[in-house]
Amino acid sequence: MKITQLSVFLENRPGRLSALCRTLADAGVNLSTLMLSDNGEFGLLRLLTPDVDKAKATIAAAGYAATTTEVVALQVPDKPGGLAGVLVLLEKSGVSVEYMYAFAERPGSDAVMVFRFDNTDKALAALSDAGIAVFKPVDLFKN
Amino acid sequence: MIRNLWNDLEGTFFPESALDYMPEARLREVQLQRLKAVTALAYANVPLFRERMDAKGVKPADLRTLADVRHLPFSVKGDLRDTYPYGLFAVPMSEVVRLHASSGTTGKPIVVGYTAQDMEVWKQVIMRTLYAAGFSRGDIVQNMYGYGLFTGGLGLHGGLEGIGATVIPISGGNSERQIMVMKDFGVTAVCCTPSYFIHLIEVAQKMGIDFRRDLKVKRGVFGAEPWTDQMRQYIEDASGIKAFDIYGLSEIIGPGVGAECECRDGLHIFEDHFLVEIVDPQTLEPVPDGTEGELVFTTLSKQAMPAIRYRTRDITAIDTRPCACGRTIRRIRRISRRSDDMFIIRGVNVFPSQIETALLKTEATLPHYQIVLTRKAGLDRMEVKVEVTADMLSDKVGAMDELAKRFGRSIEQITGLHAEVTLVQPGSIPRSEGKAKRLFDKRNEG
Repeated sequence: MKITQLSVFLENRPGRLSALCRTLADAGVNLSTLMLSDNGEFGLLRLLTPDVDKAKATIAAAGYAATTTEVVALQVPDKPGGLAGVLVLLEKSGVSVEYMYAFAERPGSDAVMVFRFDNTDKALAALSDAGIAVFKPVDLFKN
Repeated sequence: MIRNLWNDLEGTFFPESALDYMPEARLREVQLQRLKAVTALAYANVPLFRERMDAKGVKPADLRTLADVRHLPFSVKGDLRDTYPYGLFAVPMSEVVRLHASSGTTGKPIVVGYTAQDMEVWKQVIMRTLYAAGFSRGDIVQNMYGYGLFTGGLGLHGGLEGIGATVIPISGGNSERQIMVMKDFGVTAVCCTPSYFIHLIEVAQKMGIDFRRDLKVKRGVFGAEPWTDQMRQYIEDASGIKAFDIYGLSEIIGPGVGAECECRDGLHIFEDHFLVEIVDPQTLEPVPDGTEGELVFTTLSKQAMPAIRYRTRDITAIDTRPCACGRTIRRIRRISRRSDDMFIIRGVNVFPSQIETALLKTEATLPHYQIVLTRKAGLDRMEVKVEVTADMLSDKVGAMDELAKRFGRSIEQITGLHAEVTLVQPGSIPRSEGKAKRLFDKRNEG
Protein backbone atom coordinates (compact mmCIF):
# COMPACT_ATOMS: atom_id res chain seq x y z
CA MET A 1 0.00 0.00 0.00
CA LYS A 2 1.49 3.28 -1.07
CA ILE A 3 1.44 6.50 0.87
CA THR A 4 1.34 9.80 -1.02
CA GLN A 5 4.11 12.16 0.00
CA LEU A 6 4.08 15.85 -0.84
CA SER A 7 7.38 17.57 -1.72
CA VAL A 8 7.61 21.36 -1.68
CA PHE A 9 10.41 23.51 -3.08
CA LEU A 10 11.71 26.03 -0.54
CA GLU A 11 14.49 28.56 -0.88
CA ASN A 12 17.05 28.28 1.87
CA ARG A 13 16.17 31.60 3.47
CA PRO A 14 14.99 32.54 6.95
CA GLY A 15 11.25 32.38 7.37
CA ARG A 16 10.47 30.23 4.34
CA LEU A 17 9.74 27.07 6.29
CA SER A 18 7.67 28.83 8.93
CA ALA A 19 5.65 30.63 6.24
CA LEU A 20 4.75 27.32 4.63
CA CYS A 21 3.83 25.73 7.95
CA ARG A 22 1.70 28.75 8.82
CA THR A 23 -0.12 28.46 5.50
CA LEU A 24 -0.92 24.81 6.17
CA ALA A 25 -1.90 25.47 9.78
CA ASP A 26 -4.28 28.25 8.70
CA ALA A 27 -5.95 25.79 6.36
CA GLY A 28 -6.31 23.29 9.21
CA VAL A 29 -3.92 20.76 7.66
CA ASN A 30 -2.33 18.48 10.23
CA LEU A 31 1.24 17.37 9.49
CA SER A 32 2.26 13.89 10.60
CA THR A 33 5.88 13.96 9.51
CA LEU A 34 8.25 16.49 7.97
CA MET A 35 11.63 15.83 6.41
CA LEU A 36 13.71 18.63 4.96
CA SER A 37 16.70 17.94 2.81
CA ASP A 38 18.70 20.75 1.33
CA ASN A 39 21.83 21.58 -0.60
CA GLY A 40 22.58 24.93 1.04
CA GLU A 41 20.76 26.95 -1.62
CA PHE A 42 17.35 25.37 -1.61
CA GLY A 43 15.54 22.64 0.19
CA LEU A 44 12.88 20.09 -0.53
CA LEU A 45 10.40 19.66 2.25
CA ARG A 46 8.76 16.25 2.18
CA LEU A 47 5.69 15.90 4.25
CA LEU A 48 3.12 13.30 5.14
CA THR A 49 -0.35 14.32 6.11
CA PRO A 50 -3.68 12.51 6.39
CA ASP A 51 -5.14 15.22 4.16
CA VAL A 52 -2.79 15.23 1.19
CA ASP A 53 -5.28 16.59 -1.35
CA LYS A 54 -6.16 19.55 0.81
CA ALA A 55 -2.50 20.14 1.63
CA LYS A 56 -1.58 20.10 -2.05
CA ALA A 57 -4.37 22.48 -3.02
CA THR A 58 -3.50 24.83 -0.17
CA ILE A 59 0.17 24.86 -1.10
CA ALA A 60 -0.49 25.39 -4.81
CA ALA A 61 -2.93 28.20 -4.11
CA ALA A 62 -0.31 29.90 -1.94
CA GLY A 63 2.02 29.86 -4.93
CA TYR A 64 4.47 27.12 -3.96
CA ALA A 65 5.79 24.53 -6.37
CA ALA A 66 4.81 21.10 -5.07
CA THR A 67 4.79 17.56 -6.39
CA THR A 68 3.55 14.23 -5.08
CA THR A 69 5.50 10.97 -4.83
CA GLU A 70 4.55 7.48 -3.72
CA VAL A 71 6.38 6.22 -0.64
CA VAL A 72 6.07 3.15 1.56
CA ALA A 73 5.80 3.10 5.35
CA LEU A 74 6.61 -0.01 7.30
CA GLN A 75 7.26 -1.13 10.82
CA VAL A 76 10.87 -1.90 11.63
CA PRO A 77 11.52 -4.13 14.67
CA ASP A 78 12.95 -1.93 17.45
CA LYS A 79 16.03 -4.07 18.04
CA PRO A 80 19.61 -4.23 16.71
CA GLY A 81 19.59 -5.38 13.08
CA GLY A 82 15.91 -4.62 12.59
CA LEU A 83 16.48 -2.10 9.81
CA ALA A 84 19.41 -3.99 8.32
CA GLY A 85 17.22 -7.07 7.79
CA VAL A 86 14.70 -5.08 5.78
CA LEU A 87 17.40 -3.34 3.73
CA VAL A 88 19.16 -6.58 2.89
CA LEU A 89 15.90 -8.09 1.75
CA LEU A 90 15.23 -5.16 -0.58
CA GLU A 91 18.77 -5.10 -1.87
CA LYS A 92 18.42 -8.76 -2.84
CA SER A 93 15.33 -7.99 -4.88
CA GLY A 94 17.18 -5.26 -6.78
CA VAL A 95 15.34 -2.29 -5.28
CA SER A 96 17.24 0.84 -4.27
CA VAL A 97 16.29 3.23 -1.52
CA GLU A 98 16.38 6.80 -2.81
CA TYR A 99 15.96 8.17 0.70
CA MET A 100 14.24 7.26 3.93
CA TYR A 101 13.19 8.87 7.15
CA ALA A 102 11.47 8.03 10.39
CA PHE A 103 7.77 8.55 10.86
CA ALA A 104 7.31 10.97 13.74
CA GLU A 105 4.24 9.48 15.34
CA ARG A 106 4.58 5.91 16.42
CA PRO A 107 1.38 3.88 16.26
CA GLY A 108 2.90 1.02 18.29
CA SER A 109 6.17 0.32 20.02
CA ASP A 110 8.29 -0.39 16.96
CA ALA A 111 9.89 2.25 14.72
CA VAL A 112 8.05 3.26 11.59
CA MET A 113 10.23 4.12 8.61
CA VAL A 114 9.20 5.84 5.41
CA PHE A 115 11.00 4.71 2.24
CA ARG A 116 11.25 6.29 -1.16
CA PHE A 117 12.24 3.47 -3.55
CA ASP A 118 13.37 3.75 -7.12
CA ASN A 119 10.76 1.13 -7.97
CA THR A 120 7.87 1.22 -5.54
CA ASP A 121 5.86 -1.64 -7.04
CA LYS A 122 8.82 -3.99 -7.04
CA ALA A 123 9.62 -3.07 -3.43
CA LEU A 124 6.03 -3.73 -2.37
CA ALA A 125 6.08 -7.15 -4.04
CA ALA A 126 9.36 -8.07 -2.31
CA LEU A 127 8.05 -6.96 1.07
CA SER A 128 4.84 -8.85 0.56
CA ASP A 129 6.70 -12.03 -0.43
CA ALA A 130 8.76 -11.74 2.76
CA GLY A 131 5.60 -11.31 4.80
CA ILE A 132 6.48 -7.78 5.92
CA ALA A 133 3.38 -5.64 6.32
CA VAL A 134 3.33 -2.08 5.10
CA PHE A 135 1.03 0.59 6.43
CA LYS A 136 -2.17 1.60 4.76
CA PRO A 137 -2.74 5.38 4.93
CA VAL A 138 -5.74 4.81 7.17
CA ASP A 139 -3.67 2.91 9.75
CA LEU A 140 -0.64 5.14 9.51
CA PHE A 141 -2.52 8.32 10.25
CA LYS A 142 -4.93 7.05 12.91
CA ASN A 143 -4.20 8.78 16.16
CA MET B 1 -19.80 57.47 -41.82
CA ILE B 2 -17.51 56.02 -44.44
CA ARG B 3 -18.21 52.54 -43.10
CA ASN B 4 -21.75 52.68 -44.44
CA LEU B 5 -20.44 52.84 -48.00
CA TRP B 6 -18.82 49.43 -47.51
CA ASN B 7 -21.57 47.70 -45.62
CA ASP B 8 -21.93 45.03 -48.29
CA LEU B 9 -18.29 44.07 -47.67
CA GLU B 10 -18.55 44.10 -43.87
CA GLY B 11 -15.69 42.24 -42.28
CA THR B 12 -13.76 41.68 -45.49
CA PHE B 13 -12.73 45.15 -46.68
CA PHE B 14 -11.49 48.02 -44.56
CA PRO B 15 -11.01 51.33 -46.39
CA GLU B 16 -8.36 52.56 -43.92
CA SER B 17 -6.20 49.54 -44.73
CA ALA B 18 -6.23 50.39 -48.45
CA LEU B 19 -3.12 52.52 -47.83
CA ASP B 20 -1.25 49.34 -46.84
CA TYR B 21 -1.51 48.26 -50.49
CA MET B 22 -0.46 51.49 -52.25
CA PRO B 23 1.60 50.89 -55.41
CA GLU B 24 5.23 51.07 -54.38
CA ALA B 25 6.25 53.87 -56.77
CA ARG B 26 3.40 56.04 -55.58
CA LEU B 27 4.28 55.25 -51.94
CA ARG B 28 7.86 56.49 -52.46
CA GLU B 29 6.56 59.70 -54.07
CA VAL B 30 4.31 60.31 -51.08
CA GLN B 31 7.22 59.65 -48.75
CA LEU B 32 9.55 62.09 -50.51
CA GLN B 33 6.96 64.83 -50.63
CA ARG B 34 6.23 64.39 -46.92
CA LEU B 35 9.91 64.10 -46.00
CA LYS B 36 10.56 67.49 -47.57
CA ALA B 37 7.61 69.03 -45.74
CA VAL B 38 8.43 67.60 -42.32
CA THR B 39 12.09 68.56 -42.60
CA ALA B 40 11.10 72.11 -43.52
CA LEU B 41 8.70 72.22 -40.56
CA ALA B 42 11.36 70.97 -38.14
CA TYR B 43 14.03 73.31 -39.52
CA ALA B 44 11.78 76.33 -39.26
CA ASN B 45 10.37 75.68 -35.79
CA VAL B 46 12.67 73.46 -33.74
CA PRO B 47 15.97 75.12 -32.74
CA LEU B 48 17.67 71.77 -32.02
CA PHE B 49 17.02 70.43 -35.53
CA ARG B 50 17.97 73.76 -37.15
CA GLU B 51 21.28 73.94 -35.24
CA ARG B 52 22.15 70.34 -36.08
CA MET B 53 21.31 70.74 -39.75
CA ASP B 54 23.26 73.98 -39.94
CA ALA B 55 26.22 72.27 -38.27
CA LYS B 56 26.12 69.58 -40.98
CA GLY B 57 25.60 72.19 -43.67
CA VAL B 58 22.37 70.65 -44.87
CA LYS B 59 19.15 72.48 -45.71
CA PRO B 60 15.64 71.07 -46.24
CA ALA B 61 15.93 72.07 -49.91
CA ASP B 62 18.88 69.65 -50.30
CA LEU B 63 16.52 66.68 -50.08
CA ARG B 64 16.05 65.52 -53.67
CA THR B 65 15.60 61.78 -53.23
CA LEU B 66 14.56 59.59 -50.32
CA ALA B 67 18.16 58.37 -49.99
CA ASP B 68 19.18 61.96 -49.15
CA VAL B 69 17.68 61.42 -45.71
CA ARG B 70 21.10 60.05 -44.75
CA HIS B 71 22.48 63.60 -44.82
CA LEU B 72 20.15 64.68 -42.02
CA PRO B 73 21.38 64.62 -38.40
CA PHE B 74 20.19 61.93 -35.96
CA SER B 75 18.15 62.52 -32.85
CA VAL B 76 18.07 60.41 -29.69
CA LYS B 77 15.99 60.00 -26.54
CA GLY B 78 18.39 62.27 -24.64
CA ASP B 79 17.31 65.15 -26.91
CA LEU B 80 13.80 64.89 -25.49
CA ARG B 81 15.15 65.02 -21.93
CA ASP B 82 17.50 67.90 -22.72
CA THR B 83 14.66 69.96 -24.18
CA TYR B 84 12.09 68.88 -21.57
CA PRO B 85 9.19 69.45 -21.73
CA TYR B 86 8.28 71.15 -25.03
CA GLY B 87 11.62 71.90 -26.70
CA LEU B 88 11.05 69.69 -29.75
CA PHE B 89 7.52 70.90 -30.46
CA ALA B 90 7.14 72.46 -33.90
CA VAL B 91 3.75 74.12 -33.41
CA PRO B 92 2.41 76.63 -30.87
CA MET B 93 0.85 75.07 -27.76
CA SER B 94 -2.54 76.29 -28.92
CA GLU B 95 -2.35 73.65 -31.69
CA VAL B 96 -1.45 70.84 -29.29
CA VAL B 97 -4.49 68.86 -28.19
CA ARG B 98 -2.84 65.97 -26.34
CA LEU B 99 0.26 65.34 -24.26
CA HIS B 100 1.72 61.99 -23.26
CA ALA B 101 4.85 61.22 -21.26
CA SER B 102 7.11 58.29 -20.58
CA SER B 103 7.30 56.81 -17.12
CA GLY B 104 10.80 58.26 -16.77
CA THR B 105 12.70 55.60 -14.83
CA THR B 106 15.86 57.65 -15.19
CA GLY B 107 15.42 61.31 -14.29
CA LYS B 108 12.82 63.48 -16.02
CA PRO B 109 10.16 61.86 -18.17
CA ILE B 110 9.99 62.63 -21.87
CA VAL B 111 6.97 64.50 -23.16
CA VAL B 112 5.33 64.07 -26.53
CA GLY B 113 2.54 66.16 -28.10
CA TYR B 114 -0.11 65.76 -30.77
CA THR B 115 -2.11 68.18 -32.91
CA ALA B 116 -5.68 67.31 -33.88
CA GLN B 117 -4.36 66.00 -37.20
CA ASP B 118 -1.70 63.93 -35.40
CA MET B 119 -4.48 62.39 -33.32
CA GLU B 120 -6.36 61.48 -36.50
CA VAL B 121 -3.24 59.93 -38.05
CA TRP B 122 -2.59 58.01 -34.83
CA LYS B 123 -6.12 56.64 -34.85
CA GLN B 124 -5.79 55.63 -38.51
CA VAL B 125 -2.51 53.74 -38.08
CA ILE B 126 -3.89 51.89 -35.07
CA MET B 127 -7.01 50.98 -37.02
CA ARG B 128 -4.72 49.56 -39.72
CA THR B 129 -2.78 47.73 -36.98
CA LEU B 130 -5.97 46.17 -35.60
CA TYR B 131 -7.40 45.23 -38.98
CA ALA B 132 -4.11 43.55 -39.88
CA ALA B 133 -4.49 41.41 -36.74
CA GLY B 134 -8.05 40.48 -37.67
CA PHE B 135 -9.86 42.74 -35.17
CA SER B 136 -13.13 44.20 -36.39
CA ARG B 137 -16.50 45.59 -35.38
CA GLY B 138 -18.26 43.06 -33.20
CA ASP B 139 -15.14 42.29 -31.19
CA ILE B 140 -15.32 42.93 -27.45
CA VAL B 141 -11.83 44.12 -26.65
CA GLN B 142 -10.21 44.28 -23.23
CA ASN B 143 -7.53 46.98 -23.44
CA MET B 144 -5.10 46.26 -20.62
CA TYR B 145 -2.47 48.77 -21.62
CA GLY B 146 -2.07 51.47 -19.01
CA TYR B 147 -4.36 54.45 -19.50
CA GLY B 148 -2.94 57.84 -18.67
CA LEU B 149 0.37 59.37 -19.66
CA PHE B 150 1.57 56.13 -21.31
CA THR B 151 0.71 56.12 -25.02
CA GLY B 152 -0.32 52.44 -25.01
CA GLY B 153 -3.74 52.62 -23.37
CA LEU B 154 -5.27 55.70 -24.96
CA GLY B 155 -3.50 55.05 -28.27
CA LEU B 156 -5.07 51.62 -28.72
CA HIS B 157 -8.33 52.99 -27.34
CA GLY B 158 -8.68 55.53 -30.17
CA GLY B 159 -8.06 52.91 -32.85
CA LEU B 160 -10.41 50.41 -31.21
CA GLU B 161 -13.19 52.98 -31.21
CA GLY B 162 -12.25 53.79 -34.81
CA ILE B 163 -12.87 50.26 -36.01
CA GLY B 164 -16.13 50.14 -34.08
CA ALA B 165 -15.10 47.46 -31.59
CA THR B 166 -16.60 47.37 -28.11
CA VAL B 167 -13.81 48.71 -25.91
CA ILE B 168 -13.34 47.81 -22.26
CA PRO B 169 -10.91 50.48 -21.02
CA ILE B 170 -9.78 48.47 -18.02
CA SER B 171 -6.11 49.54 -18.07
CA GLY B 172 -3.44 47.38 -16.39
CA GLY B 173 -3.31 45.70 -12.99
CA ASN B 174 -5.61 43.73 -10.71
CA SER B 175 -5.10 40.49 -12.57
CA GLU B 176 -7.91 38.48 -10.99
CA ARG B 177 -10.39 41.16 -11.92
CA GLN B 178 -8.99 41.13 -15.49
CA ILE B 179 -9.80 37.42 -15.74
CA MET B 180 -13.25 37.93 -14.20
CA VAL B 181 -14.07 40.68 -16.70
CA MET B 182 -12.65 38.62 -19.57
CA LYS B 183 -15.04 35.83 -18.64
CA ASP B 184 -18.14 37.78 -17.63
CA PHE B 185 -18.02 40.35 -20.48
CA GLY B 186 -17.45 37.70 -23.17
CA VAL B 187 -14.19 39.30 -24.29
CA THR B 188 -13.08 38.18 -27.77
CA ALA B 189 -9.78 40.07 -28.13
CA VAL B 190 -7.15 41.63 -25.87
CA CYS B 191 -4.38 44.24 -25.94
CA CYS B 192 -1.49 44.26 -23.45
CA THR B 193 2.21 43.55 -23.08
CA PRO B 194 3.15 39.93 -23.82
CA SER B 195 4.71 39.45 -20.38
CA TYR B 196 1.52 40.66 -18.69
CA PHE B 197 -0.55 38.23 -20.73
CA ILE B 198 1.73 35.36 -19.70
CA HIS B 199 1.18 36.50 -16.12
CA LEU B 200 -2.59 36.44 -16.72
CA ILE B 201 -2.40 32.88 -18.06
CA GLU B 202 -0.84 31.87 -14.72
CA VAL B 203 -3.45 33.79 -12.77
CA ALA B 204 -6.28 32.14 -14.71
CA GLN B 205 -4.77 28.71 -14.02
CA LYS B 206 -4.67 29.47 -10.31
CA MET B 207 -8.29 30.60 -10.44
CA GLY B 208 -9.21 27.32 -12.12
CA ILE B 209 -10.20 29.08 -15.34
CA ASP B 210 -9.37 27.39 -18.62
CA PHE B 211 -8.83 29.80 -21.51
CA ARG B 212 -10.19 27.42 -24.11
CA ARG B 213 -13.15 26.14 -22.11
CA ASP B 214 -14.22 29.19 -20.11
CA LEU B 215 -13.20 32.21 -22.20
CA LYS B 216 -14.00 33.47 -25.69
CA VAL B 217 -10.74 35.29 -26.36
CA LYS B 218 -9.56 34.52 -29.89
CA ARG B 219 -6.78 37.00 -30.59
CA GLY B 220 -4.59 39.62 -29.06
CA VAL B 221 -2.13 42.34 -30.06
CA PHE B 222 0.96 42.46 -27.89
CA GLY B 223 3.73 45.02 -27.86
CA ALA B 224 5.65 47.66 -25.89
CA GLU B 225 8.51 45.21 -25.24
CA PRO B 226 10.52 42.73 -27.27
CA TRP B 227 9.20 39.16 -27.10
CA THR B 228 10.40 35.95 -28.64
CA ASP B 229 8.78 33.40 -30.94
CA GLN B 230 8.95 30.95 -28.05
CA MET B 231 6.89 33.35 -25.91
CA ARG B 232 4.35 33.50 -28.70
CA GLN B 233 4.28 29.71 -28.87
CA TYR B 234 3.74 29.54 -25.14
CA ILE B 235 0.93 32.12 -25.23
CA GLU B 236 -0.83 30.33 -28.07
CA ASP B 237 -0.42 26.84 -26.61
CA ALA B 238 -1.48 27.86 -23.13
CA SER B 239 -4.43 30.06 -24.07
CA GLY B 240 -5.48 28.97 -27.56
CA ILE B 241 -5.53 32.57 -28.84
CA LYS B 242 -3.70 33.95 -31.87
CA ALA B 243 -1.03 36.42 -30.80
CA PHE B 244 0.10 39.34 -32.99
CA ASP B 245 3.14 41.52 -32.48
CA ILE B 246 2.69 45.29 -32.75
CA TYR B 247 5.37 47.94 -32.68
CA GLY B 248 5.50 51.56 -31.68
CA LEU B 249 7.18 54.08 -29.47
CA SER B 250 5.98 57.32 -27.93
CA GLU B 251 8.73 59.39 -29.54
CA ILE B 252 7.40 58.44 -32.98
CA ILE B 253 3.65 58.33 -32.26
CA GLY B 254 3.02 55.52 -29.76
CA PRO B 255 1.62 52.14 -30.82
CA GLY B 256 0.74 52.09 -34.52
CA VAL B 257 4.17 52.35 -36.14
CA GLY B 258 4.24 48.76 -37.33
CA ALA B 259 2.11 45.63 -37.11
CA GLU B 260 1.97 41.99 -38.05
CA CYS B 261 -0.57 40.83 -40.61
CA GLU B 262 -2.14 37.37 -40.70
CA CYS B 263 1.12 35.96 -42.16
CA ARG B 264 2.98 36.94 -38.97
CA ASP B 265 6.30 37.00 -40.73
CA GLY B 266 7.64 40.38 -39.65
CA LEU B 267 5.95 43.70 -38.93
CA HIS B 268 4.63 45.95 -41.69
CA ILE B 269 5.67 49.56 -41.15
CA PHE B 270 3.07 52.18 -42.01
CA GLU B 271 5.50 53.71 -44.42
CA ASP B 272 3.22 56.49 -45.64
CA HIS B 273 3.67 58.03 -42.17
CA PHE B 274 7.02 56.69 -40.99
CA LEU B 275 10.23 56.57 -42.99
CA VAL B 276 12.27 53.58 -41.89
CA GLU B 277 16.06 53.21 -42.01
CA ILE B 278 18.45 50.65 -40.57
CA VAL B 279 21.90 51.89 -39.59
CA ASP B 280 24.99 50.32 -38.12
CA PRO B 281 24.77 51.29 -34.42
CA GLN B 282 28.52 51.95 -34.29
CA THR B 283 29.25 53.77 -37.54
CA LEU B 284 25.68 55.11 -37.97
CA GLU B 285 25.99 54.39 -41.70
CA PRO B 286 22.93 52.89 -43.42
CA VAL B 287 23.21 49.13 -43.94
CA PRO B 288 21.85 47.20 -46.97
CA ASP B 289 18.29 45.89 -46.78
CA GLY B 290 18.15 42.57 -44.96
CA THR B 291 21.14 43.41 -42.76
CA GLU B 292 20.62 43.81 -39.01
CA GLY B 293 21.15 47.17 -37.45
CA GLU B 294 19.52 49.89 -35.40
CA LEU B 295 16.05 50.96 -36.43
CA VAL B 296 15.77 54.69 -37.23
CA PHE B 297 12.55 56.57 -37.97
CA THR B 298 11.64 59.91 -39.48
CA THR B 299 8.00 60.85 -38.96
CA LEU B 300 6.54 61.95 -42.28
CA SER B 301 3.29 63.55 -41.20
CA LYS B 302 3.71 64.45 -37.53
CA GLN B 303 3.02 68.12 -36.83
CA ALA B 304 3.33 68.73 -33.10
CA MET B 305 6.58 66.88 -32.61
CA PRO B 306 8.30 65.73 -35.77
CA ALA B 307 11.10 63.22 -35.29
CA ILE B 308 14.04 63.41 -37.64
CA ARG B 309 16.14 60.23 -37.91
CA TYR B 310 15.23 59.16 -34.41
CA ARG B 311 17.39 56.28 -33.14
CA THR B 312 15.11 53.72 -31.51
CA ARG B 313 17.90 51.48 -30.07
CA ASP B 314 15.88 48.54 -31.37
CA ILE B 315 17.83 46.03 -33.45
CA THR B 316 16.16 44.59 -36.55
CA ALA B 317 16.43 44.36 -40.35
CA ILE B 318 14.25 45.50 -43.25
CA ASP B 319 12.61 42.67 -45.15
CA THR B 320 11.96 43.70 -48.76
CA ARG B 321 10.46 40.39 -49.87
CA PRO B 322 6.82 40.73 -50.88
CA CYS B 323 4.48 39.56 -48.11
CA ALA B 324 1.95 36.87 -48.90
CA CYS B 325 -0.79 39.16 -47.56
CA GLY B 326 -0.25 41.48 -50.52
CA ARG B 327 0.59 44.61 -48.54
CA THR B 328 3.16 46.76 -50.31
CA ILE B 329 4.39 48.51 -47.19
CA ARG B 330 7.63 46.82 -46.22
CA ARG B 331 8.31 44.77 -43.14
CA ILE B 332 10.90 44.74 -40.41
CA ARG B 333 11.84 41.55 -38.59
CA ARG B 334 10.46 41.15 -35.10
CA ILE B 335 12.52 43.05 -32.56
CA SER B 336 14.37 40.51 -30.45
CA ARG B 337 16.71 42.87 -28.69
CA ARG B 338 17.65 46.45 -28.05
CA SER B 339 21.08 47.86 -28.52
CA ASP B 340 20.90 49.27 -24.98
CA ASP B 341 19.60 46.06 -23.35
CA MET B 342 22.80 44.41 -24.32
CA PHE B 343 25.24 44.00 -21.48
CA ILE B 344 28.91 43.34 -21.65
CA ILE B 345 30.30 40.88 -19.15
CA ARG B 346 33.95 39.85 -19.17
CA GLY B 347 34.22 41.40 -22.61
CA VAL B 348 31.38 39.37 -24.10
CA ASN B 349 28.22 40.99 -25.50
CA VAL B 350 25.12 39.31 -24.09
CA PHE B 351 21.45 39.96 -24.79
CA PRO B 352 18.77 38.89 -22.30
CA SER B 353 17.04 37.14 -25.22
CA GLN B 354 19.99 34.74 -25.41
CA ILE B 355 19.44 33.73 -21.79
CA GLU B 356 15.77 33.19 -22.62
CA THR B 357 16.67 30.93 -25.53
CA ALA B 358 19.01 28.95 -23.26
CA LEU B 359 16.29 28.42 -20.64
CA LEU B 360 13.85 27.31 -23.32
CA LYS B 361 16.31 24.71 -24.53
CA THR B 362 16.12 23.07 -21.11
CA GLU B 363 12.46 23.54 -20.26
CA ALA B 364 9.55 23.43 -22.67
CA THR B 365 7.94 26.55 -21.29
CA LEU B 366 9.75 29.72 -20.34
CA PRO B 367 10.17 29.99 -16.59
CA HIS B 368 10.28 33.39 -14.94
CA TYR B 369 13.87 34.49 -14.70
CA GLN B 370 16.06 37.39 -13.74
CA ILE B 371 19.65 38.18 -14.62
CA VAL B 372 21.72 39.76 -11.85
CA LEU B 373 25.18 41.09 -12.57
CA THR B 374 27.53 41.66 -9.64
CA ARG B 375 31.19 42.46 -9.22
CA LYS B 376 33.33 40.80 -6.59
CA ALA B 377 37.01 41.64 -6.24
CA GLY B 378 37.01 43.13 -9.73
CA LEU B 379 35.47 40.03 -11.29
CA ASP B 380 32.08 40.20 -12.97
CA ARG B 381 29.58 37.50 -12.08
CA MET B 382 26.36 36.64 -13.82
CA GLU B 383 23.65 35.06 -11.75
CA VAL B 384 20.46 33.80 -13.36
CA LYS B 385 17.57 33.27 -11.00
CA VAL B 386 14.98 30.82 -12.28
CA GLU B 387 11.62 30.22 -10.66
CA VAL B 388 10.83 26.56 -10.06
CA THR B 389 7.43 25.41 -11.29
CA ALA B 390 5.55 22.29 -10.27
CA ASP B 391 6.37 20.84 -13.69
CA MET B 392 10.11 20.91 -13.10
CA LEU B 393 9.98 19.84 -9.49
CA SER B 394 11.38 16.53 -8.29
CA ASP B 395 11.32 15.16 -4.76
CA LYS B 396 15.05 14.47 -5.02
CA VAL B 397 17.60 17.19 -4.25
CA GLY B 398 20.06 15.64 -6.67
CA ALA B 399 17.60 15.93 -9.55
CA MET B 400 17.03 19.59 -8.75
CA ASP B 401 20.79 20.20 -8.61
CA GLU B 402 21.03 18.57 -12.01
CA LEU B 403 18.29 20.83 -13.38
CA ALA B 404 20.19 23.94 -12.26
CA LYS B 405 23.33 22.53 -13.87
CA ARG B 406 21.46 21.89 -17.12
CA PHE B 407 20.30 25.52 -17.19
CA GLY B 408 23.88 26.60 -16.55
CA ARG B 409 25.31 24.41 -19.32
CA SER B 410 22.70 25.66 -21.76
CA ILE B 411 23.54 29.31 -20.97
CA GLU B 412 27.23 28.56 -21.34
CA GLN B 413 26.64 26.91 -24.71
CA ILE B 414 24.82 29.94 -26.06
CA THR B 415 26.74 32.82 -24.51
CA GLY B 416 30.08 31.19 -23.85
CA LEU B 417 29.88 32.47 -20.28
CA HIS B 418 29.56 30.73 -16.96
CA ALA B 419 26.37 31.68 -15.15
CA GLU B 420 25.50 30.84 -11.61
CA VAL B 421 21.97 29.47 -11.79
CA THR B 422 19.87 29.80 -8.65
CA LEU B 423 16.53 28.07 -8.35
CA VAL B 424 14.03 30.23 -6.51
CA GLN B 425 10.49 29.80 -5.28
CA PRO B 426 7.60 30.60 -7.62
CA GLY B 427 6.45 34.19 -7.34
CA SER B 428 9.70 35.42 -5.78
CA ILE B 429 10.74 37.34 -8.91
CA PRO B 430 8.65 40.52 -9.16
CA ARG B 431 6.00 40.33 -11.90
CA SER B 432 5.61 43.14 -14.33
CA GLU B 433 2.25 44.67 -14.93
CA GLY B 434 3.97 46.69 -17.62
CA LYS B 435 7.35 46.07 -19.20
CA ALA B 436 9.34 43.15 -17.85
CA LYS B 437 12.63 44.05 -16.24
CA ARG B 438 14.90 41.06 -16.67
CA LEU B 439 18.30 42.57 -16.06
CA PHE B 440 19.67 43.93 -12.81
CA ASP B 441 23.16 45.31 -13.18
CA LYS B 442 24.55 45.81 -9.69
CA ARG B 443 28.18 45.93 -10.73
CA ASN B 444 28.60 49.58 -9.82
CA GLU B 445 26.81 49.37 -6.49
CA GLY B 446 28.57 49.24 -3.17
